Amino acid sequence: MDILMEGEGELIGWHDPDENRKWILQNKSRELRDKRMSVREAVDTFVHDGDFIAFGGFGHIRIAMALLYEIIRQGKRDLVMAGKTAVHDVDLLIGSGCVNRIEVAYAFGHELRGLSPAGRRAVETGQCKVVAETSNAGYQWRFMAGMMGVPFITSRNMLGSDTLKKSSCKVVKDPWSGKPVCLIPAAYPDVAMFHVPRCDVYGNAQIDGTLIEDFELARAARRLIITTEEIIDIERIRDEPDRTAIPFFLVDAVCEVPYGAHPTEMPYLYFFDEDHIGEWLRLSKTPEGARDYFDKYVHGVQDFDEYLERVGGLKKLSYLKRVEQFQEPMQAPWLKK
Amino acid sequence: MANQATAYNPRELQACVASKILEDKRSVFVGTGLPMIAAMLAERTHAPGLLILFEAGGMGPQSPVLPISVGDSRTFYKGIAASSMHDTMSLTQAGYLDYGFLGAAQMDVYGNINTTVIGDWDRPKVRFPGSGGANDVGSLCQRTIIIMGQDKRRFVEKVDFITTPGYLDGPGARERAGLPEGSGPHRVITQLGVFGFDQATKRMVLLALHPGKTVDEVQENSGFEVTVSDAVETTDPPTEEELRILHEIDPTGMSIGK
Repeated sequence: MDILMEGEGELIGWHDPDENRKWILQNKSRELRDKRMSVREAVDTFVHDGDFIAFGGFGHIRIAMALLYEIIRQGKRDLVMAGKTAVHDVDLLIGSGCVNRIEVAYAFGHELRGLSPAGRRAVETGQCKVVAETSNAGYQWRFMAGMMGVPFITSRNMLGSDTLKKSSCKVVKDPWSGKPVCLIPAAYPDVAMFHVPRCDVYGNAQIDGTLIEDFELARAARRLIITTEEIIDIERIRDEPDRTAIPFFLVDAVCEVPYGAHPTEMPYLYFFDEDHIGEWLRLSKTPEGARDYFDKYVHGVQDFDEYLERVGGLKKLSYLKRVEQFQEPMQAPWLKK
Repeated sequence: MANQATAYNPRELQACVASKILEDKRSVFVGTGLPMIAAMLAERTHAPGLLILFEAGGMGPQSPVLPISVGDSRTFYKGIAASSMHDTMSLTQAGYLDYGFLGAAQMDVYGNINTTVIGDWDRPKVRFPGSGGANDVGSLCQRTIIIMGQDKRRFVEKVDFITTPGYLDGPGARERAGLPEGSGPHRVITQLGVFGFDQATKRMVLLALHPGKTVDEVQENSGFEVTVSDAVETTDPPTEEELRILHEIDPTGMSIGK
């Protein structure tokens, strides 16, 4: 096939399919064993300086926040982030200095809340480097290729754009139609982190609501840490096998963390904590303010349980539950612009 | 005209005008912000059979209120399906999405959109969030509708960065690049009027002005020369009923303003 064009973006997280197969065969266990551990142990064991990391969910929906705070607490450095649908997650990781390289489909924005002060400041001052651009489907299909164990998949998005020019994709002439098609390289994140509503001690997990990119990402990532609202018995998984989004053999660690997505939304369970997100957006307008935020909510608490108390405890969480279930209207500080 | 409203803001006007472009019994892929509320308004007025899809997998929801995010649970509340991004993006690529609906920071005369950087990509003066799903929508939906604010910094001769392809550099350019045949920007709605794209040249053309706006104002607020249609229409102002529905969908005013 003629290569018509090559993107200038840095290729991150790609492995030769045989290299990755070998890694999987040597490093991933098929054993049905109890994988429960603390958030501290999971991050200490599976997240290393320089890793290429990805979060499941959608930036501020169903994000494994307990793991994210622990990454900051343990002072992980030089992380490369998959900016797939990154919103609140990436903002904290860049603002804390843990992530300094990112491939961007979407980052530095908080959707309707406005642009992200910390993330943008880091890019505009050169502290965080954008290594490549892509689009949401572009990233989604990087994980699809990784899941399939192939070096790339084809698509028709991004063609003709500067997004393509700064991506790590290539364009070839399709041998069937003769038309240009985009080749999207596989991505195999070193570690992916998800929050789910329920899983068993082995890692068999169900997801409620949209899967977003998690089905493919779980199968593309080399290591997968899951935090869960609740631990269930494997018999429940076996009673409804069509509900299993993630089978156990993809999973490396399981942490039971009720409300583990706070302040992001957990579909059907609890709404965004707009006050808390608003506090971050306000404080992170300056580097000093960002440091204050991390002192208060990460370094100044022992663990996620203490954090939950600090953000308002049961009263706050019950309120977020009611808003999610349409029993109370939402409010947000950023609305009073 | 049924109960024209006397007081409305530009966002309410844009949402109402945009909603009328969406047809009943068609599908629309919706982005963050005004696109969401315009699509929901269409569904509650002239297009009850409009199928709304969101990039994170939500399909055809019946949410009482506006989602905050294109990925939040309201995008699949009482929906037809709560699926995945791979599903919605594939459906779009395969031809199931009639309309795409986007916002834009900067646009040129061919409808190319920039939401990535102002200045040099390597060391930008301003860094925006990037494509998100926008490139996918602009590349793969059959007809894209864009809602945006208009001024000289936003309507530019050439965007700093083509995040999302419009007609690229002219007729046939999309197809030569490999984008789906016949796809591309269809309408642009600003606070001044509605634009289409000339069939032959693929350059933006002013089709309609909002009430009280003039061609001169449009030209003053554009960095490129705007072609004006032979028969420029005037858009309808919002009706009281439309405003009522907008405020029902968005009680906090997060999208539509107060």
